[in-house]
Amino acid sequence: MAAKTPIETPTKTPAHLADRFARLAASVFGDVAPRAMILLGTLLALLLVAPWLINDYLLTVLIVVLYFAFTGQAWNIMMGFAGQLSLGHAIYAGLGGYIAAVLFARFGIAPWLGFLAVIPVAAACGATIGFLAFRFRVAGVYFAILTIAFAEFARIGFDHLDYVNASAGLFLPVAQYAHNDLWHLRGNPTMFYYVILAAAALVFVLCRALLKSRVGYCWLAIREDEQAARAVGIDSFRYKMAAVMISAVITSFAGVFYAFFYNNLFPEQVFNISRSIEMILGPIIGGIGTLFGPILGAFVLTGLAEALNTTLVALGFDLPGAKQVFYGVCLLLVVVALPDGVWPWLARLIGVEEARR
Amino acid sequence: MPIDVYLNVTVAGILTGLVYGLMALGLSVIFGVVRVVNFAHGEMMSIAMYLTVLLFSSLNLDPLVMLVPIAAVLFVFGYALQAGLINPFISRPEHSQFLLLVALALIIVNTLLIVFGPDARTVQTAYTFDSFQVGALIVDATKLYAGAAAIVVAALLFAFFRFAPLGKAIRACADNYTGALVVGLDVKRLYALTFGIGAACVGAAGVMMTLIVDVTPIIGPTYTLLAFVIVITGGLGSMAGALLGGLLIGVTEALAGLLFTPSAKSMFAFAILVLVLLFRPQGILGRRSI
Repeated sequence: MAAKTPIETPTKTPAHLADRFARLAASVFGDVAPRAMILLGTLLALLLVAPWLINDYLLTVLIVVLYFAFTGQAWNIMMGFAGQLSLGHAIYAGLGGYIAAVLFARFGIAPWLGFLAVIPVAAACGATIGFLAFRFRVAGVYFAILTIAFAEFARIGFDHLDYVNASAGLFLPVAQYAHNDLWHLRGNPTMFYYVILAAAALVFVLCRALLKSRVGYCWLAIREDEQAARAVGIDSFRYKMAAVMISAVITSFAGVFYAFFYNNLFPEQVFNISRSIEMILGPIIGGIGTLFGPILGAFVLTGLAEALNTTLVALGFDLPGAKQVFYGVCLLLVVVALPDGVWPWLARLIGVEEARR
Repeated sequence: MPIDVYLNVTVAGILTGLVYGLMALGLSVIFGVVRVVNFAHGEMMSIAMYLTVLLFSSLNLDPLVMLVPIAAVLFVFGYALQAGLINPFISRPEHSQFLLLVALALIIVNTLLIVFGPDARTVQTAYTFDSFQVGALIVDATKLYAGAAAIVVAALLFAFFRFAPLGKAIRACADNYTGALVVGLDVKRLYALTFGIGAACVGAAGVMMTLIVDVTPIIGPTYTLLAFVIVITGGLGSMAGALLGGLLIGVTEALAGLLFTPSAKSMFAFAILVLVLLFRPQGILGRRSI
């Protein structure tokens, strides 16, 4: 990252800024293989023009794909980079959604400003869970259970919180909008599509930058062998706290997006454990700890699930649990047969392997 | 509120807590020996509950009669699961075993949802509304039977691990994996047996639970979580701790339901979990003493 900024304040001419930006970009993407850059560029270009190529239904599917690519990358920071298995990520998304929605519905505060209020709350929530777990050596699956317990706590708590309409659900005011209002996140799916595309792309760059930074290397050291990491002087508590807080804040933005895209929030849904599990399926299927895995996983999983749904509807079945059973089978198959995920295998095939992490 | 209300609610909580304890005992046994966290525990219990409901509604069989047969079915299920799916995972990383069981849980919950639909099912026996009165104390017959059955099953299990040669062999596996291999124990088979025993426990608990609560497909995850809260509270791998934790959570939930609102009662179980993690992370009764 841009750590080597000189001490004297540089004059902020456009050329100077451009130069700094170029150096920053070079430090993040400098050592990516040309073939990988071309493929990434092609994918981004395709996604950018997608709204002109596909119909509304497919656009909605693509929004869901990018949503899970976004949350999957956020979760991957904790599990893939720092090795901490969280199964309660719905709590961060739920808090983000509820806070931004309440601020908008009651005080007319724009979601982007609302997100500024969400950031400290999500960070504090992640810090609380992290502190309880890491201070008292609650590790591995017990950490996972603690995260579930917090999400369930929030679910039941919000179910009884009258200020947010408890279990009756919180609804955002919906009206016919003549034009897209990006500042208030009111508009048509195409606008939401570009918002989530930008967010997912931004997090991808951020993850790459994090992985190449000192923090990233410390995370990997902790993930591989925490005792050894501590022995060489890494303050594992601090770095694990950083991981959970960064991941929490990023995930909370997904909640804000969700609230404004769907316009309704029910505690039973947004804090449900199945939400947390949906978030982690993408990265697991794509490949935990890889950069592109969560994105590929989101495409594969959502794509297949939608195809299944369409087929079932076409065949005249209405099975509410079918998608979840399908998720379960996918998870089972990947865990049994491809424990590293699909992406490392695919990447070898097309010759764009990520550096071994 | 008069004092006997508290007394009645506490006794009801203790009896429910015994069933919780039996459920958690299954989880604790599996963890203590196989070192695999059974994330599909509550889901396995809901299988037993649906079996009970199904047999009751079609053949009018009393849940108390079905206790042993259904526990046996769950034993076979658990044995097959461990032998077929989980044994190859023993040397895999912890999170990968965990995700395997998450997948299984997801499949069970939603298969039940597809087969039985989202509506709550219930078992109404001849004694559903009976109660016993001792002085000011009024006890529901269903809860009393359920609690008593839980005690019997738990006592049998303790005796099995203490005295039966097979139980001792299983404890040997838990104490020292390599040592057990060296003296010629068939560890994989013993693991499968253990998982079967744990599943039978939760199966028995499930049969009892149908006397106390309604069954819906989505209760699986709730009870998985509850079982974990109980086991962590009581002490990981400790059989007595699981029972004690069950009692504690049962009473807490009952009192919380009385003093606040029943739908918020699990919040108090989570509060206990956090307190235990803060002040006694190894659980009330220490660790690994199966």
